[in-house]
Amino acid sequence: MTIAATSPRRSRRDATPYLLSAPALLLYGVLLLVPLIATTLLSLHSFTLYKGIEDVYNLANYRDVFSDIYFYEIFGRTFRIALLVTLLSALIGAPEAYILNRMRPPWRGLFLLVALGPLLISVVSRTLGWALLLGSTGIVNKALMDLGLIGTPLQFMYSETGVVIALTHVLVPFMVISVWAALQRLDPQVENAAISLGASPLTVLRRIVLPQAMPGILSGGIITFALAASAFATPAIIGGRRLKVVATLAYDEFLNTLNWPLGAAIAILLLVANIAIVVGCNRLLEKRYAEAFR
Amino acid sequence: MGTERHPETAMFLVLDRLTKHYGGTAAVDEISLTVEKGEFVSLLGPSGCGKTTTLQMIAGFVEPSAGAVTLDGVDLLAVKPAKRGLGIVFQSYALFPHMSAAENVAFGLEMQGIARAERQRRVGEALALVGLAALADRYPRAMSGGQQQRVALARALVIRPRMLLLDEPLSNLDAKLREEMQVELRQIQRNVGITTILVTHDQAEAMALSDRIVIMNKGRVEQIASPDRAYEQPASGFVASFLGKTNLLTGKVADDRLSIGGRSFPAPIGYASGDVTVTLRPEKIGFAAEGLAGTVRNRLFLGSQWLFQVETAAGLVLVLRQNGSEAMPREGERVALAWRAEDMRVTPTP
Amino acid sequence: MSRNGPIALLFHALFVIFVLGPILIVCAVAFTPLGYLSLPTHGLSLRWFRAIGSNPEFVDAFWTSLWLGALSASLAILFTVPAALAVARHRFPGREALVTFLQSPLMIPPAVLGIAFLRFFTEIGLGGTFLGLVLSHVIIVMPFSLRLVVAASAGIDPQLEHAAISLGASGWRSFRRIILPLILPGVASGWVLAFITSFDEVTMTVFIASPRTTTLPVRLFLYIQDNIDPLVAAVSAALIGLTFIAMLLLDRLYGLERLLVGRGRAEGNG
Repeated sequence: MTIAATSPRRSRRDATPYLLSAPALLLYGVLLLVPLIATTLLSLHSFTLYKGIEDVYNLANYRDVFSDIYFYEIFGRTFRIALLVTLLSALIGAPEAYILNRMRPPWRGLFLLVALGPLLISVVSRTLGWALLLGSTGIVNKALMDLGLIGTPLQFMYSETGVVIALTHVLVPFMVISVWAALQRLDPQVENAAISLGASPLTVLRRIVLPQAMPGILSGGIITFALAASAFATPAIIGGRRLKVVATLAYDEFLNTLNWPLGAAIAILLLVANIAIVVGCNRLLEKRYAEAFR
Repeated sequence: MGTERHPETAMFLVLDRLTKHYGGTAAVDEISLTVEKGEFVSLLGPSGCGKTTTLQMIAGFVEPSAGAVTLDGVDLLAVKPAKRGLGIVFQSYALFPHMSAAENVAFGLEMQGIARAERQRRVGEALALVGLAALADRYPRAMSGGQQQRVALARALVIRPRMLLLDEPLSNLDAKLREEMQVELRQIQRNVGITTILVTHDQAEAMALSDRIVIMNKGRVEQIASPDRAYEQPASGFVASFLGKTNLLTGKVADDRLSIGGRSFPAPIGYASGDVTVTLRPEKIGFAAEGLAGTVRNRLFLGSQWLFQVETAAGLVLVLRQNGSEAMPREGERVALAWRAEDMRVTPTP
Repeated sequence: MSRNGPIALLFHALFVIFVLGPILIVCAVAFTPLGYLSLPTHGLSLRWFRAIGSNPEFVDAFWTSLWLGALSASLAILFTVPAALAVARHRFPGREALVTFLQSPLMIPPAVLGIAFLRFFTEIGLGGTFLGLVLSHVIIVMPFSLRLVVAASAGIDPQLEHAAISLGASGWRSFRRIILPLILPGVASGWVLAFITSFDEVTMTVFIASPRTTTLPVRLFLYIQDNIDPLVAAVSAALIGLTFIAMLLLDRLYGLERLLVGRGRAEGNG
């Protein structure tokens, strides 16, 4: 048997994927990383009305934020609103996802679109609807007064309650998506098995469905909380100029007061808090529900 | 390992110690093989034996860790996969779903820059060759598995490749269709005269179609031989049990005699004493008046044959008899098994 | 699967009212014949829709949003398709990190992005320009188009590419004749989703838009902050109508449920 010439062993690594993703990486590097780093640097500058932005580096802005009670109030309010919105979304969205899951097509597909479709409509339009509903001459108040349930119009607009309601409306689709996805992983036969073993519908819900849907509820909660905490348009419209949250505060500092360094500091804090919460909670979630997250 | 020797001029494809390592394990371990022009060779073995990896190295989709592949004297590994001129039929057929059968078949010709008129002519020929001239404008999703498989074959053959590589092309078809396709495949290969390498885990398929079989196990070659040679003279216990059914019996050699379960035979050449493994094909065993005593535990009717499981002192023995004139023993009956000494293959027990 | 009982259906009905209520109110108010916020109880009128025409800021903003959406979606697709092919069809070190990095804009609050871009564009002289808007929107919509194009690319049988290569097609030819036609529906839906996301974007854009170059949602937002009248309701209603059409388009191209939630349970393998 003739032995053919052995070709040199080629161990070249295929460069194709790197070449393919290079344009996107470059774009992100220039358009995302650079501005964010620049903003972080900006937050370390100082600002005065007379000298404008000073080219020094210190943590003065951060110290301000953490020491001034004004900021504490706003951060506290934002946190409170986010928490309430998350709880409400869970209470409303999770059962709805379950109910949708038990529907038969075509209703199921139709109402899923009804629940999730609003995500494709601009936040402004959705919030406008709430502004119309919640004003002192708005529909809700009118209806309640006509029904004789209240004497004077309830103050929804420019109140935390109004913001919570509107924000829940905006964010509940995310909860529905998350719980729906978790429920899709369930084997429908498991419920039947429980019933065949004598469980009542309530028991099935409590002992079989809920524990398995929990990862979906929790991860939906994380998304909702993060989005609610960084919300801008809805608190601005419903809450008005005096009821500030973190995002509208940053807007104020940047575009009204023109204190860019302080605005940048608030933005960075918001960013860090957002990432910390999302990543941190997801880690906890994964540890707890390792099998569910395959 | 048995390698058949060929005159130098007939060597068309040469694999020389072809090897592929993944991490620490060798998926393909120094495979050497020569294939003559026009030969039909099967790479046969269980899943994970390295047969598909070997094919992929020949095709160029997997880079070898070591070794050489030569086609018609040229180093194939130095050639880009797109330029190797090999016709490949994939396990999933890999038909382009957005193109009709004719467009699929024409694709390779387009890549070669062949003019439209000539393309159409050759596509027509290729589809006629596989009997699908009427389905030229049909799309893959509107075709059955068998039809898709034939389009894939036509697509591979139309480019007049130097060699045809088939990666388990029939495994997705049901049994009846598979048998029909096997016959057709062999027919087409004979007509066209193209060198063909088939990868399969189906030993019946390999034996039916090939001029020679390469039996592989855990990345290594167990035997390279023509089907009947490999069947009748398996080089190892693995080959014996992989091709067809076989019995593996324990025997003892002593005093120039080989004894199996009480029966005595002349000792095989080269064995002085010790324990041996005896492979014996079930169809070589018959029921006699005298022989290895046993009781029929099970019998299965297979249409043209009867398969018996007989419990003996030498273990459970499979016996295969043609369905014909003899009366067949029933379950529970006591029988005596007899066979010729020359039908046994003896290997030392490891 | 057991059916829903009456309590469940009641809950569901309330949910639907909750979700659709504000949207329907906006549409209803848009049709009022009166000159102030009211429900069209005395008949429908198109006066406020016609009034949009005589409000050039809204019309201008609409065109800006349209062009912005089309440009950023198209640019995003250009960058996304190669990256998606890399991610979906290759295994390489750093793949996970790359995906996370490319999806990172989703984790950054739009307000933070707005501030970062405002500062950045001002420094490089793009403050308040259309180009600045396009660049920022490309970043924001890329994660969405990436997800869809990756899903489309991953669904293609890898043996198809091998088949094309074995028949003589090299890199670009194999992409153009085989891969691209097959991922086109995914790319198209990625484009539409990117367009919608850009069109609706308000928070980040509020920071970087200038009075001359502004998008429709931003224009609406600023207007609403000062006063709410049927005019904004009409504009919003028109937008809602357009979104509805886009939804139908997306459903046709890709399947809305699959888009918003991922593979349904009924869908099997390829």
